[in-house]
Amino acid sequence: MTDTLTPVLTDNWDADRSWTLDSYQAHGGYDALRIALGMDQDDVITAVKDSGLRGRGGAGFPTGMKWGFIPQDNPKPKYLVVNADESEPGTCKDIPLMMASPHTLVEGVIISAYAIRANHAFIYVRGEVLHVIRRLQRAVQEAYLAGHLGRNIHGSGYDLELVVHAGAGAYICGEETALLDSLEGRRGQPRLRPPFPAVAGLYAAPTVINNVESIASVPAIINNGAEWFAGLGTEKSKGFVIYSLSGHVTRPGQYEAPLGITLRELIDLAGGIREGHELKFWTPGGSSTPLLTDEHLDVPLDYEAVGAAGSMLGTRALQIFDDTTCVVRAVLRWTEFYKHESCGKCTPCREGTWWLVQTLARLERGEGTEADLELLLDQCDNILGRAFCALGDGATSPITSSIQYFRDEYIAHFEHGGCPFDHAASTLFAPAGAHA
Amino acid sequence: MTLRETQDGGDMVSTDGGAAAGAHLPEETLRELREITERYPQPRSALLPMLHLVQSVEGRVTARGIEACADILGISAAEVSGVATFYTMYKRRPVGDYHVGVCTNTLCAVMGGDAIFDRLKDHLDVGNDETTDDGRITLEHVECNAACDYAPVMTVNWEFMDNMTPESAVELVDDLRSGKEVRSTRGPRICTWREAERVLAGFPDDRADEGPAAGPASLAGLEVARERGWKAPEPSRRAVTGGREQGTESAAAEADTSRAESETRLEQSPTDVEGGKDEQ
Ligand SMILES: Cc1cc2nc3c(=O)[nH]c(=O)nc-3n(C[C@H](O)[C@H](O)[C@H](O)COP(=O)(O)O)c2cc1C
Ligand code: SF4
Ligand code: FES
Repeated sequence: MTDTLTPVLTDNWDADRSWTLDSYQAHGGYDALRIALGMDQDDVITAVKDSGLRGRGGAGFPTGMKWGFIPQDNPKPKYLVVNADESEPGTCKDIPLMMASPHTLVEGVIISAYAIRANHAFIYVRGEVLHVIRRLQRAVQEAYLAGHLGRNIHGSGYDLELVVHAGAGAYICGEETALLDSLEGRRGQPRLRPPFPAVAGLYAAPTVINNVESIASVPAIINNGAEWFAGLGTEKSKGFVIYSLSGHVTRPGQYEAPLGITLRELIDLAGGIREGHELKFWTPGGSSTPLLTDEHLDVPLDYEAVGAAGSMLGTRALQIFDDTTCVVRAVLRWTEFYKHESCGKCTPCREGTWWLVQTLARLERGEGTEADLELLLDQCDNILGRAFCALGDGATSPITSSIQYFRDEYIAHFEHGGCPFDHAASTLFAPAGAHA
Repeated sequence: MTLRETQDGGDMVSTDGGAAAGAHLPEETLRELREITERYPQPRSALLPMLHLVQSVEGRVTARGIEACADILGISAAEVSGVATFYTMYKRRPVGDYHVGVCTNTLCAVMGGDAIFDRLKDHLDVGNDETTDDGRITLEHVECNAACDYAPVMTVNWEFMDNMTPESAVELVDDLRSGKEVRSTRGPRICTWREAERVLAGFPDDRADEGPAAGPASLAGLEVARERGWKAPEPSRRAVTGGREQGTESAAAEADTSRAESETRLEQSPTDVEGGKDEQ
């Protein structure tokens, strides 16, 4: 029987100076690199395929398969780009990983780049996390000095240059093709696909883009074997992941467990919902994944079961809201975020998110009518599936799901002539025993 | 970042020359801007870090900064300006010594971010994206900063200030204004905004080793696992074919080897690799 929590990626975070090369190597760091460099590149790809690792950046695409799409007969250089833009509201796992153990990512980058035969790799990290960027810069510098990066790595004949690239504030740059445009020094706007990045990515050359946690999982797979990894998790969702609990739980934070743990178990490990309150709604994987409620406490948190429950596993960003929280206020704020972050490239999203905010704000002020709810759903209908990228689709998730589960609460706003909740009662510093 | 905002952004080139018009950036800055381009297979990839460097020297994105980037990359100033206006971290107006961010995305807002932001606007007598008269503090509400488990979250020059309250927020800005040394709750001593922008441009300072590895929330799950003796399962067989003998068990046994030993292992590694290849 596997233990409930299985620290692998988080295992060294409590080690003394865990971000340094010395500490990382003292815990077996860079062993996997030496193993990988002794393997044929295709065998590394096969190991990742066999492990069942699926992308941890939201969509869950099989990582090994993505690597296999890189056309090795293409004469152009190949590139590996790590998506460290972590900006999906609620998502907060990659940043602590890179802060506490940047070498886990760097080692993963070297092995992954070796597998796809890239001689240049980039870590595109959001700009608003200065200390994380310092730790990455230092880790890369240390890795060069130790011969893990650069020319002829450990005598293998393999060369790799790794650049840490800081973004400049734009949620859309987490979308992989917008990220590539941004990394080329342009405005970050999504590209038409196909061609997919595996064929024409950075500088129109074959490119693999993976999330931080995906790449950071690779050293453990190489060290312990694909079977070991595949032995964790559920049938189609293999391995371990970091679940991020935030909001109204007693001990918010990062909990690393095999895929398939339930929210009930996680909340229990986190000391329960905030004292004196009950769970009201939550996001399974960030604000772009439809809200769930206390009905869904026992849904296994893997790709399939969360999908069957009408949402998406996304980034396992479990934002927990208790009974003091106004769902209309929460949804309005997320919608304002999407409006602000819409890149402006396509009309359904650029104009649609603007209209969504207008309608929702009216409802929140208690000035709407029941017809406005239909209007909102209609506006969502005009965005979902018509937007150029998944940002527009994601903007509709909180709205449609909140109307599905909390229609009465919208109605209460116009019956009450405004928000019936006391916002102070939701805060971390609310006086004990405060109630909505 | 909507189309409308972006179009205003065209002004960056035409109106903001002012006193600086005609003057060039310092020679040293131009050299560093060129140096950034050398990190990339194609020079234009350097534009984002170049604009960070411009901000570190100029305190904002200026017309002469835009022109210098355009000149070095061989693109038009309008193209550079189009990029600069797209990203929220690039500022048209001068930023204070300390950029203070308050996360008001949903989770932080609910947990108290809205109350904190209101209190700070009042206390500092500024609106969103405005700077105090003494030029010390620029206040801005920011989007989710990937620290939700520490909500409500603030940032100072993009360092984390975790689990804030309206009171601790006021104390923080007062300390910053009075020049007291301030530390991130999960990071180093706070530097100035311009110094921070230089690091973002890819010129590291020496503060990577300051601060803890992780804050308490980052370790919450690990602590539960340690208390209950929970671990990831051991691999049932020796790692991957073709690897060297050593699996995770022996690596774990080495957990407290000294630096000297790890360096020795490094020196040995080419042979290890060769050995690995032979085995196959
Ligand atoms: C609006 C938007 C924002 C995204 N932000 C991120 C992000 O911050 N980090 C990330 O890894 N993936 C993000 N993604 C998903 C990426 O497009 C892509 O699927 C992912 O980086 C692929 O890596 P993976 O296969 O390892 O998950 C975002 C997607 C969209 C549509
Ligand atoms: S959906 Fe929104 S973010 Fe995506 S391309 Fe269209 S406007 Fe840009
Ligand atoms: S919502 Fe504030 S850091 Fe995520």
